[in-house]
Amino acid sequence: MAILETIGLAKRFGGIVAAADVTLAIEKGARHALIGPNGAGKTTVINLLSGVLEPTAGRILLDGRDITALDSHQRVRLGMARTFQINQLFLDLTPLEAVALAMSERFGLGFDCWRLVGHKGAVADEAAEIVERFHLADVMDERTAILPYGKQRLLEIALAFACRPRVLFLDEPAAGVPQAERHELLATIAALPADVTVLLIEHDMDLVFSFADRISVLVNGALFVDGAPDEVARDPRVKAVYLGEELDA
Amino acid sequence: MTPLAASVAQSLKRRARWSVLEIAFWVAAFASIWLLPQKHLILTETAILALFALSLDLILGYAGIISLGQAAFFGTAGYFAGLVAKYGLINDPVLALVCSGLVAAALGFVTSFLVLRGSDLTRLMVTLGVSLMLGELANRYSDITGGADGLQGVTVAPILGLFAFDMFGHTGYVYCLSVLFVCFLVARRLVYSPFGLSLRAIKGNALRSGAIGIPVNARLVAIYTLSAGFAGMAGALLTQTTAFCSLDVLSLQRSADLLLVLIIGGTGYLYGGLIGAVIYKFMQDWIATLTPQYWQFWIGLLLVVIVLVGRDRMAAWHEAARAALARFFTRALAWRRRPALGGAAPDGR
Repeated sequence: MAILETIGLAKRFGGIVAAADVTLAIEKGARHALIGPNGAGKTTVINLLSGVLEPTAGRILLDGRDITALDSHQRVRLGMARTFQINQLFLDLTPLEAVALAMSERFGLGFDCWRLVGHKGAVADEAAEIVERFHLADVMDERTAILPYGKQRLLEIALAFACRPRVLFLDEPAAGVPQAERHELLATIAALPADVTVLLIEHDMDLVFSFADRISVLVNGALFVDGAPDEVARDPRVKAVYLGEELDA
Repeated sequence: MTPLAASVAQSLKRRARWSVLEIAFWVAAFASIWLLPQKHLILTETAILALFALSLDLILGYAGIISLGQAAFFGTAGYFAGLVAKYGLINDPVLALVCSGLVAAALGFVTSFLVLRGSDLTRLMVTLGVSLMLGELANRYSDITGGADGLQGVTVAPILGLFAFDMFGHTGYVYCLSVLFVCFLVARRLVYSPFGLSLRAIKGNALRSGAIGIPVNARLVAIYTLSAGFAGMAGALLTQTTAFCSLDVLSLQRSADLLLVLIIGGTGYLYGGLIGAVIYKFMQDWIATLTPQYWQFWIGLLLVVIVLVGRDRMAAWHEAARAALARFFTRALAWRRRPALGGAAPDGR
């Protein structure tokens, strides 16, 4: 059963078509990858799904409910969270503060202006879990701005995960991470709980094919091919427009 | 509980701990009641300015909303406090103060929707515009406000029916300092709460704030409203302690000076407005005795120096001074304890 569906989703910026008639179904618990050449509109799709952009046309359904008109923060409440291709972190907060903040919001404490962050024991307990899962325990009291890039990338996912999403969008989580810090990140992504549905955008084909159980290929804003990894890998059209490019490189 | 969960809980709790310097600051502030009786008039003005600056710090230092219109709330509540006292509508000053704050907060709530969108520049213009409009309204309806002559005939009843305001400002200072302290405590609770943390997140990255479930606009409306309430209480205090209110409470000069005070003291750590107010008022007082007409020259120079030296370098100096003071206090304490502990005392570090 599909947990998340888009029907004829489109986004135009003036005359430029960033996404055209994208109809996509993401199965519950799936490891779904969205791939495509640069400028294909992958991030636009995530921006539409997470509510950062308003679609020009089309609808988005979560569990069959139309969420097209909802704001970002309302979608988070309903169980969708995302990471960003370019880090969007709170540079002046510590990782622990940021995680505890996301936690507090999830527990509905966001308007509590009297008690301390972490006053509710569950906030501290779950924050500890997240900090541990994402290998941030040793840097949890540092300012985010001074963390190594690999740790910032982990925090990027940790913040989304702290919202306890049912659907998690990962926008190029491994982009730019140096080889030495890469393993920790990939292992963490592989270890995400099975009940969380993941939509992954990634250029690294090794990661895509080892992680995904379904792949959608986006070209020029439109859905090109959609299928199991081996089907997609065999598809000559995909090789032509996308994988060929990669192999040549 | 795992060891990590325990250290996480510890770390979260530690954020809001009172430091020695903070305690020293408030001890000194309250000690001035007895130690500086001849300075109570200027200290009253300082406490009012400090509360006003605290209100700006809440929106600028924490939520990142820059404003050139805090005087709108200061002045509106100032007139409100004056009018209710003049016509005997609310006789108890404390009740009148709270009501004035609520009136300003209501005005803040209504105008908050104007600052939700846009850049710093549009926010500056919108807040400035609102305060200019209110200033001219007060000028136009001079039958109510007294216009350019100011609001005459305000008599403020004794606080709680017990403490009458005196011409030396003794009662006024204790009153203003107490209100400042209470408001400061509220602000301090707030900034370490989930709400306060979400404001810092919004200031840092509004896009990501929405993406972790923070309703950004609702938070900005809330803090803008509260800030207006604090600014209003400062305005009401000025009216109550001077038994007078004139058009300059709504002036651009007042909002601009406020920004100056907060920048001198530094934003985003709550004490900036307080320290800035002390520096500003006492510099004004001291320089004005040397060159009565041109004292703002020196304030201007200070501002230029602050900007040139740069916030980062000043923060580094501040950190160094803080560390040195903390070392001094720890040493002093260790030295005091040493005889009791005998030879087993640590070396004072």
